[in-house]
Amino acid sequence: MRHSTFFWFFAPTAAAMLLFIFFPIVSIVTQSIFVPHEAVLIESENCGPFGCKIETTVDQSATEQLRREKPLGRFAGTEIYTDRNHLAFGEVGEAWRASESLGAFFSELVDLPFYRAMAFTLTYTFVCTPFLIMLGFAVAVAVNSLHARLKGLMIFFSLLPMIVPPLIGALVLFWMIDSRGVLGQLISFLAADPGLSLKASTPLVWISLIVYGIWSSAPFAFVVFYAGLQTVPQDTLESAQIDGATRWQQIRYVVIPHLAPLMTFVALIQLMDNFRVLEPIIGFQAEAHAQSLSSFILTDLSGETQQLSSAATTSVLTIIGVAILLSPVLVRTWRDFRGGGH
Amino acid sequence: MSNPIDRRPLGLKIGLWIFVGLWFLIAAFPFFWTVWGSFKVELDFFSIADWTNAIFGRNTEDAYGRPFAGAGYNGAFVQEAFWQNAINTTIVCVCVVTISLTIGTLGGYALSRSGRKYVFWLLITALMFRALPQVTLVSGYLPVFFDWNVWGYLPTAIIVLVAINQPFTLWMLHSFFESIPKDLDEAAKVDGCTQFQAFRHVIIPVMWPGVITTGLFSFLLAYNDFIVTSLILNEGNRTMVPQIAAFLGTTYTEGNVMFAVAAVVSATVPLFILVMFFQRQIVSGLTAGAVKG
Repeated sequence: MRHSTFFWFFAPTAAAMLLFIFFPIVSIVTQSIFVPHEAVLIESENCGPFGCKIETTVDQSATEQLRREKPLGRFAGTEIYTDRNHLAFGEVGEAWRASESLGAFFSELVDLPFYRAMAFTLTYTFVCTPFLIMLGFAVAVAVNSLHARLKGLMIFFSLLPMIVPPLIGALVLFWMIDSRGVLGQLISFLAADPGLSLKASTPLVWISLIVYGIWSSAPFAFVVFYAGLQTVPQDTLESAQIDGATRWQQIRYVVIPHLAPLMTFVALIQLMDNFRVLEPIIGFQAEAHAQSLSSFILTDLSGETQQLSSAATTSVLTIIGVAILLSPVLVRTWRDFRGGGH
Repeated sequence: MSNPIDRRPLGLKIGLWIFVGLWFLIAAFPFFWTVWGSFKVELDFFSIADWTNAIFGRNTEDAYGRPFAGAGYNGAFVQEAFWQNAINTTIVCVCVVTISLTIGTLGGYALSRSGRKYVFWLLITALMFRALPQVTLVSGYLPVFFDWNVWGYLPTAIIVLVAINQPFTLWMLHSFFESIPKDLDEAAKVDGCTQFQAFRHVIIPVMWPGVITTGLFSFLLAYNDFIVTSLILNEGNRTMVPQIAAFLGTTYTEGNVMFAVAAVVSATVPLFILVMFFQRQIVSGLTAGAVKG
């Protein structure tokens, strides 16, 4: 295909991505190093019959002029990056000097909002992903042994947690684990603690969010692995049986190696998706106990006064996080590309 | 060859059955429970006294004379005009799917037929764009949208959703077009067609299975979106998902949580029907990327 033909075919989608994915990245970088101008204030002395007082008023024209001259705002450099709500270098340094052990340092660290969001996001991502892969694999193996009719039915119902909007899925679970809901009552009955509320303690909130994460994404792993199971080479399986391999050995040495590329694929997709976790935190109304990087940005954006610079700075840091998370994949793809000649 | 199922020992069979049954309960029970509970009053749905109230609806019977009540639905649709949000969702979904498939098909086709090195880089870029959390992009849009006075309107949200959707659409359609033999359009070109004519007369008639599968996922992305629609649309233009979040903020405290429950059930029904009809396409779409990658 000629370059020009390719260009015309590709132009619309390229324009959409350039305008609404690439430029926003430029926009948040700009916003994170510039802060909006403060209003120019004039102090004037106003003298009346009861003495003089100093009044402060906003100089509208001067403010307007300043905004026109420098539309990006005041250059702040890395000021916002290092403030208390983001990387908090000052506070981190102080905590490092003051705390005696590494544990004490980390507990100081997670008191800072950005690091707390980071801690939850990473915990969520790296706990959910392996568990949902294991659960998805187990379900796929079990369902694969069923009668054909039942398989279809199982897939149908298994798709539900994954396909509903994450907010709706989170609410459906949240209403059940509410202390007045059916699961909440069951749990407090099992724990023999009538006052137990999953909403009240930070570890329990984290656990319920992670349970939601596994519940909502295991179906994806299940469906992908189930499709992979249909292509397991029967010859290899049969010769393993003839050699006297037990069922577990067949799974361990034939099925899992065959599905390994699929597991990498599911892990990659789920790492990306879990890293941006947001809706369950809203649905569980868990902002007080758990903030993710995404919900941290959302809080800045949707507050009474929008903290655009702060949100932009967290966004840049989040994108750097995504890049670090993806870097092994990118390096591998780059090597394949160089080596394989594509 | 005898069926391997027959050779399983009984203990293993029972174990498998229990496990599958348990998974079925975990996956489906919360939805059945919520649908059932949406026809009760709040005192039954959240029962402090006795959890069986949620099944038999004793308080609902006291209030309405029968164990099922549509009060939640009435409140959500009549009092809070949730139908307006449903219409907005429909508009957003139809437009997003149409636009995104139109430009995505052209782009995906070009990627699959170009055969040049930059295709690889474009796909990798698309993968990186796919990995970005949407909320980071939204914080890039907001000041610009405020300045241009386009914040709050449905078309803005539609264009944004189309763009966010493109990386995924390109990947899906690229791998789908790769599976259509290149000889087809090459032959048409030998017969004197331009590339676009070859696309129009030869490829379009055979591309529908892949396009429908991709369209389903575009639809789900638009339907399920919370971040873009909740931050970009104003109160009057909200789609269903951000409206449900708004119910939690306002109505939750007033004790009308049943509005939110009814809205949640109503928003789930179209998806339920969708999965019923398109289960095969959804499954094949989920696995298409996996088999390729």
